[in-house]
Amino acid sequence: MTLDTVKHAAETPDVKLPWAELGLKEDEYERVREILGRRPTGAELAMYSVMWSEHCSYKSSKVHLRQFGEKVPANDAMLVGIGENAGVVDVGQGYAVTFKVESHNHPSYVEPYQGAATGVGGIVRDIIAMGARPVAVVDPLRMGDAHHPDTKRVLPGVVAGIGGYGNCLGLPNIGGELVFDACYQGNPLVNAGAIGVMRHEDIHLAKASGPGNKVILYGARTGGDGIGGASILASETFDDTKPSKRPAVQVGDPFQEKLLIECTLEAFAEKLVVGIQDLGAAGLSCATSELASNGSGGMRVELDDVPLRDSTLTPEEILMSESQERMCAVVEPGKVGRFLEICEKWDVIATVVGEVTDGDRLEIFWHGEKIVDVDPRTVAHDGPVYERPYARPQWQDALQADDANKLARPADADELREQVLKLVAAPNQAAKSWVTDQYDRFVQGNTVLAQPEDSGMIRINEETGLGVAIATDGNGRYAKLDPYKGAQLALAESYRNVAASGAKPLAVSDCLNFGSPEDPDVMWQFAEAVRGLADGCLELGTPVTGGNVSLYNQTGEAAIHPTPVVAVLGVIDDVARRTPIAFKEEGQLLYLLGETREEFGGSAWSQVVHDHLGGLPPEVDLGREKLLAEILISASRDGMIDAAHDLSDGGLVQAVAESCLRGGLGARLIVPDGLDAFTFLFSESAGRAVVAVPRSEELRFTDMCGARGLPVTRIGVVDGDAIEVQGAFTLPLSEVREAHEGTIPGLFA
Amino acid sequence: MARVVVDVMLKPEILDPQGQAVQRALPRLGFQGISDVRQGKRFELEVDGPVGDAVLARIQEMAESFLANTVIEDFVVKVEDEKAEGEK
Repeated sequence: MTLDTVKHAAETPDVKLPWAELGLKEDEYERVREILGRRPTGAELAMYSVMWSEHCSYKSSKVHLRQFGEKVPANDAMLVGIGENAGVVDVGQGYAVTFKVESHNHPSYVEPYQGAATGVGGIVRDIIAMGARPVAVVDPLRMGDAHHPDTKRVLPGVVAGIGGYGNCLGLPNIGGELVFDACYQGNPLVNAGAIGVMRHEDIHLAKASGPGNKVILYGARTGGDGIGGASILASETFDDTKPSKRPAVQVGDPFQEKLLIECTLEAFAEKLVVGIQDLGAAGLSCATSELASNGSGGMRVELDDVPLRDSTLTPEEILMSESQERMCAVVEPGKVGRFLEICEKWDVIATVVGEVTDGDRLEIFWHGEKIVDVDPRTVAHDGPVYERPYARPQWQDALQADDANKLARPADADELREQVLKLVAAPNQAAKSWVTDQYDRFVQGNTVLAQPEDSGMIRINEETGLGVAIATDGNGRYAKLDPYKGAQLALAESYRNVAASGAKPLAVSDCLNFGSPEDPDVMWQFAEAVRGLADGCLELGTPVTGGNVSLYNQTGEAAIHPTPVVAVLGVIDDVARRTPIAFKEEGQLLYLLGETREEFGGSAWSQVVHDHLGGLPPEVDLGREKLLAEILISASRDGMIDAAHDLSDGGLVQAVAESCLRGGLGARLIVPDGLDAFTFLFSESAGRAVVAVPRSEELRFTDMCGARGLPVTRIGVVDGDAIEVQGAFTLPLSEVREAHEGTIPGLFA
Repeated sequence: MARVVVDVMLKPEILDPQGQAVQRALPRLGFQGISDVRQGKRFELEVDGPVGDAVLARIQEMAESFLANTVIEDFVVKVEDEKAEGEK
């Protein structure tokens, strides 16, 4: 076949190109022709098709995501916002922290181990591209029904992949979640988050400026893996009947990634780098077009110089390859030698593949012939933008009318006791240590808190004790009932988790997992969730610094529950002041902060006992969340509480059970006046936490809550080796432990 | 008794970090002239009774569903010479 050069393309306007197979729609292809004034070459088509895919261009979500830029709370902490590889937040003492959550959902379903492993690799490269040293990772997971045979294939593979890659990199895995629901059966959600730390002066942005500067590709060789993954794998509805839509997944090499981290940070430290970009989805197409369009605009690349693992690759394939562990740097000519020396020292292959030009064209050459000649902005930034139609689903009213508060409640104390045991043993509420024990949570020696604590916490300065905390939350059941509130509840829970551990919430990253944007029902869920999250962030004063959208999580007509996963990052001045969840001192008083209402819509109780999803999710009061957080942080700083646990799915009884098991002590609980035992134990009203207060601090603590107007109720005392609800039942801790800790190993070990 | 061998290799386009590590070690140990190494797995299955078409089909199925991860690996099923088996 003759090489499809720019010249050849201009001379042969009628050649048919496989734009549909590459995922472009007819009008999108027409637009490419219009932009270029001729038909694209094969290589140009490859670039446009991957960069204009849903995954890379956010073409369906963009119009909604703008709200994150418009509803920005006044917040001094934000140093770099949306649009860069990851957002950067000031945490004080000259330190900045970058963090981000991304999805690797589809690849992890196809090949759980490698899919999840390369998900960790990708998010870590986003962090190093900002010039930060990665210090921790988290992995929020959503799987199908815990009892479904395919879940036994996917979950263990995913967990092993995350552990395998993260452990090899030497990064502690400090948090995340694991949720099971049949709606995720064919579309498990494997989200991955990472945190990196740097000094303020070391922040780097992805851009290519300065004509004559060299473009250096470094890291692994380029192979034929994951070609078209961005356009095909991540952007079209999964359909088992078309094996051609299952291209090769990528295999990661964490040891290569470790070298990339060290090599990149050393180059940064010596100030050798003008701009940098990691190669993720859409590989070189993305890196070259984004670097060029963020800089002065022109770039010339010699594709023959790209080191290959497979010499038979075509130029189109080289441009689309998603081979892992590669980065692209822009370096001044005088510093190229030193840059290459550093790469050689770390045993990283590095090659000059091009240079920045003073024009505004991205030109790519193969065997001396020009095969790409485009304005890089049209590839990277000016992709199609869709105002997809959306409408409140017709079934939404019926779903909300199916009130969970009307479900049959336990008839007597025996049944209540039985339901408590059933709840703490249910896969979603059961202990997840089988998963987190496979991750290295303490490597590097800076982990202060990790799962099952409310948030993961890392010390970033040994002398001052400065630390950061991160929590991720998302409740697809709530969001299905009301996506606006569901997104705010996810934000509120994550915010509360960070505060419960004693850290001050600063900023937000999100991973928005939804079904097909071509379905108006799904698009409405998405629009509502984004609006809820943006409004919520504005009210809480925590800006969204970046994130990721994963659409098409749907098999046939059935979409997943709308699942906005929200990560909140917080800062704590001294990690010695953290608040753990464990009840560790007998005699300490248990206080419930916040108000308990009859709120069972979307609750764990309604799922576990009645397999029911209907009604309305709990009410959201973000003003209350803020107050609660302030109280939790003050109480932690002033040593007024020894333990705190936020209340979320499963309600009070779930939180108390976890805190008792963690500390190895029981609790005697008294049902407060005005509440029945059932509502007291199982309600999922938001804005609540349970705290353990030393007797000596009781007055000071309750006075503080009273003065600031936070409802506080004494509900019992840490005592004995059973969970006793006075007048109702007693559950020996050993029985609770067996129920809570036996489930997940029983299913997957 | 007969032996059936299933050779499993990563597909050619898939990165093989182990093979690369071996390849990088070779020149250091004085073995020159090897430009690429790919590492695979070999399963030797001792089969009860004769190896007919039905048995082979079953082994094919076993390889496809269990021994190899066909998302990233290819496999080949071979029946080993029965005489060689006898000489052992």
